[in-house]
Amino acid sequence: MLANLINGISLGSVYAIIALGYTMVYGIAKMLNFAHGDVIMVGGYIAFYSITLMGWPPALAVLAAIVVCTALGIVIERLAYKPLRSATSLAVLITAIGVSYFLQNAALLLWTSNTKVFPNIFEKLPGLRLGAMQIAPVTIITVLANIVIMVTLTLFTTKTKMGKAMRAVSEDKGAATLMGINVNRTISLTFAIGSGLAAIAGVLLCTAYPTLQPTTGSMPGIKAFTAAVFGGIGSIPGAMLGGILLGVIEIFGKAYVSTQLSDAIVFAVLIIVLLVKPTGLLGRKVNEKV
Amino acid sequence: MAEMLKVEDLHVYYGSIHAVKGISFEVHEGEIVTLIGANGAGKSTTLNTVGGLLKARSGHILFEGKDLHGVPANKVVAEGMALCPEGRRVFQHMTVLENLEMGAYTRSSAEAEETLEKVYGLFPRLKERYRQVAGTLSGGEQQMLAMGRALMSRPKLLMLDEPSMGLAPILVQQIFDIIVDMNKQGTTILLVEQNAQMALSIANRAYILETGKINHSMEGDAADLLNSEEVKKAYLGG
Repeated sequence: MLANLINGISLGSVYAIIALGYTMVYGIAKMLNFAHGDVIMVGGYIAFYSITLMGWPPALAVLAAIVVCTALGIVIERLAYKPLRSATSLAVLITAIGVSYFLQNAALLLWTSNTKVFPNIFEKLPGLRLGAMQIAPVTIITVLANIVIMVTLTLFTTKTKMGKAMRAVSEDKGAATLMGINVNRTISLTFAIGSGLAAIAGVLLCTAYPTLQPTTGSMPGIKAFTAAVFGGIGSIPGAMLGGILLGVIEIFGKAYVSTQLSDAIVFAVLIIVLLVKPTGLLGRKVNEKV
Repeated sequence: MAEMLKVEDLHVYYGSIHAVKGISFEVHEGEIVTLIGANGAGKSTTLNTVGGLLKARSGHILFEGKDLHGVPANKVVAEGMALCPEGRRVFQHMTVLENLEMGAYTRSSAEAEETLEKVYGLFPRLKERYRQVAGTLSGGEQQMLAMGRALMSRPKLLMLDEPSMGLAPILVQQIFDIIVDMNKQGTTILLVEQNAQMALSIANRAYILETGKINHSMEGDAADLLNSEEVKKAYLGG
């Protein structure tokens, strides 16, 4: 029971970190970046090759993944989404799906479809013993990373000038421009942060579930998107809460109901929540102004 | 008086609709100038174009001699021109203080702090409510916040788009009193209003916009226009 709970929180923490990327980009650019999950996969591969091919220490590999994914996020935004800034949201959505396929196929071409076994980068770290139960270091680090990211992002958006500008852009781009805020640069920055977080999520995910292939990011990506909607899309604490709840429900579903049905349970819960509270758990109603 | 803003032969289109058809006007330092006219005459379009939110097809927007045609709004602010938009558009989920801080986005934090005291002096209500979320303010307070926020960028020229919209008469009076105060403290004002009576009563000069053009037979001294039969008939309800 407790072991399942801890596993759930750990998996949920990965979802939460991915969901933060979805929710921030949605909050600011008002678009669903369906390629977000595939950025996770790229992060996984970069870390994998940094360790196995280059022989870099794990910390450096994580850093390399963050740098590459951040740059990738900025490039994707510039090339694929920026030209569509005034297009309908459907066009942007379809483009995002296109970018997702592009990344998966580029990965297939570059790194082949062979499954890579991701090294356990936290091997040397001690775990935690809790009575009869052993908690793996990757679990502890995932949960800690989630908390640190959450606190940092909250401080960033409430205390710094740039973070506040981000919130201003998310509310009203026109008014934000009138303040002197460069909206395009703010959107770029949001993509950069979201993609950097995706890299971290990629490494944590691949360490916990050590198989890496070009489609690795898809399912966690969709689930994290679900988590973001579950918690209330656009809300940072909502992404956190949604992610963790989703992880726990998934693990409990696997343990007590059925392994095959666990995903169905996850999505059923989402549907119920949205029926009862369409804005998600912590989402706020957007008041249409006259 | 030195010329601060000079707009020359401005043409603005929305798609294929020719909304502003070659208008020219100027604002001198220290003045309150108002653009009045009916709904759809192009008042807000003109203001949004001068402020950089819309791009003119052709024409010149000379601010202190510098042509700002095509300069985006976020750069226009830094030049010393602020636009307080129609419908207030305060950041609803941010606090009063955060809204004001955003107004000072182009300024250093020392400048922002200094200006904040001045804005609080003009709008004591904002100081009382600085921690309140802007969306919970009343309409009049939100208008004050929008004007205070625009002042935070220390504009030489402040453009106000329909500041009286949706406010009770007593609040309209209060807002117009504050506009006069701001002007006395050295901010030049370009005011767009449907409430022509109020606008003309505080302005030095006025232009009348009719379907995208300025009616040059009725421009000039605001007090004269307020008494002109023609203006009374068309814009002051008899």
